[in-house]
Amino acid sequence: MPEPISRADVEDLLFREAALLDEWRLEEWLQMLTDDAAYYVPPNDHPDGDHLTTLFILADDIVRIRERVKRLMSPECHAEYPHSRTRRLISNVRIIGTDGDLVTVAANFVCSRFRRYERVREYVGAYRYLLKRQGAELRIKERRVIIDAHELGSLGAVSFIL
Amino acid sequence: MPRSYIVDDPVKQQFLLDREALVSQTVLEDERSRIFAKSWVYVGHSSELKKPNDFVTRRVGGRPVIFCRDGKGEIHCLFNTCRHRGALVCTEPEGSRRSFRCIYHGWTYRNDGQLAGVPGAEAYRGEFDKNALGLRRPARFEAYRDFWFLSLDPEVPALRDYLGGATDYIDLVLDQSPSGRMEIVAGAQEYDVGANWKLMVENSVDDYHLPTTHSTWLNYMANSGVKIETPKDGMVLPTRGLAVDLGNGHFTTDNINFRGRPVAAWIPIYGEEAKPEMDEIRRELVERLGPDRAKRVADTNRNLVIFPNLVINDGSSVTVRTFFPEGPNKMHVTAWALGPVEESQAARARRLDAFLTFYGPGGFATPDDVEALELVQQGLANWQDVRWTEMSRGMGREGDQLNSDEHHLRIFWRRWNQMMEAG
Repeated sequence: MPEPISRADVEDLLFREAALLDEWRLEEWLQMLTDDAAYYVPPNDHPDGDHLTTLFILADDIVRIRERVKRLMSPECHAEYPHSRTRRLISNVRIIGTDGDLVTVAANFVCSRFRRYERVREYVGAYRYLLKRQGAELRIKERRVIIDAHELGSLGAVSFIL
Repeated sequence: MPRSYIVDDPVKQQFLLDREALVSQTVLEDERSRIFAKSWVYVGHSSELKKPNDFVTRRVGGRPVIFCRDGKGEIHCLFNTCRHRGALVCTEPEGSRRSFRCIYHGWTYRNDGQLAGVPGAEAYRGEFDKNALGLRRPARFEAYRDFWFLSLDPEVPALRDYLGGATDYIDLVLDQSPSGRMEIVAGAQEYDVGANWKLMVENSVDDYHLPTTHSTWLNYMANSGVKIETPKDGMVLPTRGLAVDLGNGHFTTDNINFRGRPVAAWIPIYGEEAKPEMDEIRRELVERLGPDRAKRVADTNRNLVIFPNLVINDGSSVTVRTFFPEGPNKMHVTAWALGPVEESQAARARRLDAFLTFYGPGGFATPDDVEALELVQQGLANWQDVRWTEMSRGMGREGDQLNSDEHHLRIFWRRWNQMMEAG
């Protein structure tokens, strides 16, 4: 039996991911995902919705996640060129379920985004992760980003990896 | 003082727009009375009110309204403000209610607008008439095929007459559905853009910008196996597309599709498993509409503008999008997905996935449109020194007008200018 996954293990993963995303090391970030990973941002007005029946802000399978990274790293990705500066603070990390080699994780985040010379845009919400034990390491099988604001409003877009 | 904001010179084949139209607070105030208050303005879709007593609340042109279905099934648009002292009488975004009760003093209105209860009504004497104190409503409220519009102008022509040739293109979108009925899908996209609202009108139909603004989206399409032909004969786009004048300030693009459509134009992104059902969707189209019309529905795409601020994009998916100014330099956008009511769950999922390939705040294209509009607005801070926007593209073209020219943008601006001059 492998060692049970601890909150410290999960925090290490989330903090490492946050650093890679904030530093725009997106190719390295891709290595943290499983080959069937998915990334969801539900709509503000239906945070509990299902992407098969509800229009999401973003619902990527692994193929589109990889395409998104290609797009984001291109200088032709106008919404993110030059890249936004982001800084995310993650806390209240909890393991809320374990099923075989899968772990469900909840966390809160504040992600500050600075775009050119604008004032800060502050994304606040909850992360829900499905992590998978793959050999000796933990990989991200699903990440769901639930934004607390009632509408995107002045946040504008989710044009970077939130 | 009414004045013109355009130079429209057919001899020089030149069309110029005074950039003051895109930056001025005075222009915005004039637009509120001369454009928005004199037009039909989109409120919502019948499908958002599925059952009797369903309601949604939203702001239409800055005015909070309740869009609701009463107990008998009739649809209403009520100004969301208590006749007593003015508070909102409904604060929920959506739900089901037979009545709306003001939390301040308890005045209660039925969902057909009638004032039903006033606590301590016996204290009122004289002119106080409960029957005359129902929730007020806009001067006009009419629908075309489940799309509901309000007008603040009692003299505005009937909605159907106002829509003119736009009804043909709404019909073409709705022909995707075997029953001719489509519905708004749950999940609204609401976001601000730091740009004048009229720039969104232009952007919604301007196909000239596609190759530059959306090159990463084109790459994504190509990477996924969509064949993108190199433009020929001086064109900027892979396929031919037109700009069509629909009268009364409405216009549309009308393009030969190259990008895949959930209604029966398969691309590899949909997956092999989608093919049998998409073949079946196309077979149904041909059987119901005949081969020509079926081709029109499945193999052409269009972005339609209903003057002044409703856009129906029937491209990678169908989106209904409306936007209102929140200042000369800022607009608020609301966008929904529209799908046939009888669509299977697999087809609906495909439609929503196709939507996200291009549209919306997380799509592969819309954020770059937003960026372009915000860059325009920021550049317009120079308007006093660089006064004129150049919009003559294609002006000398005979016959069919191209989607990648600016014919349709000029239609908008001529109509807008005419209404601003009329005062």
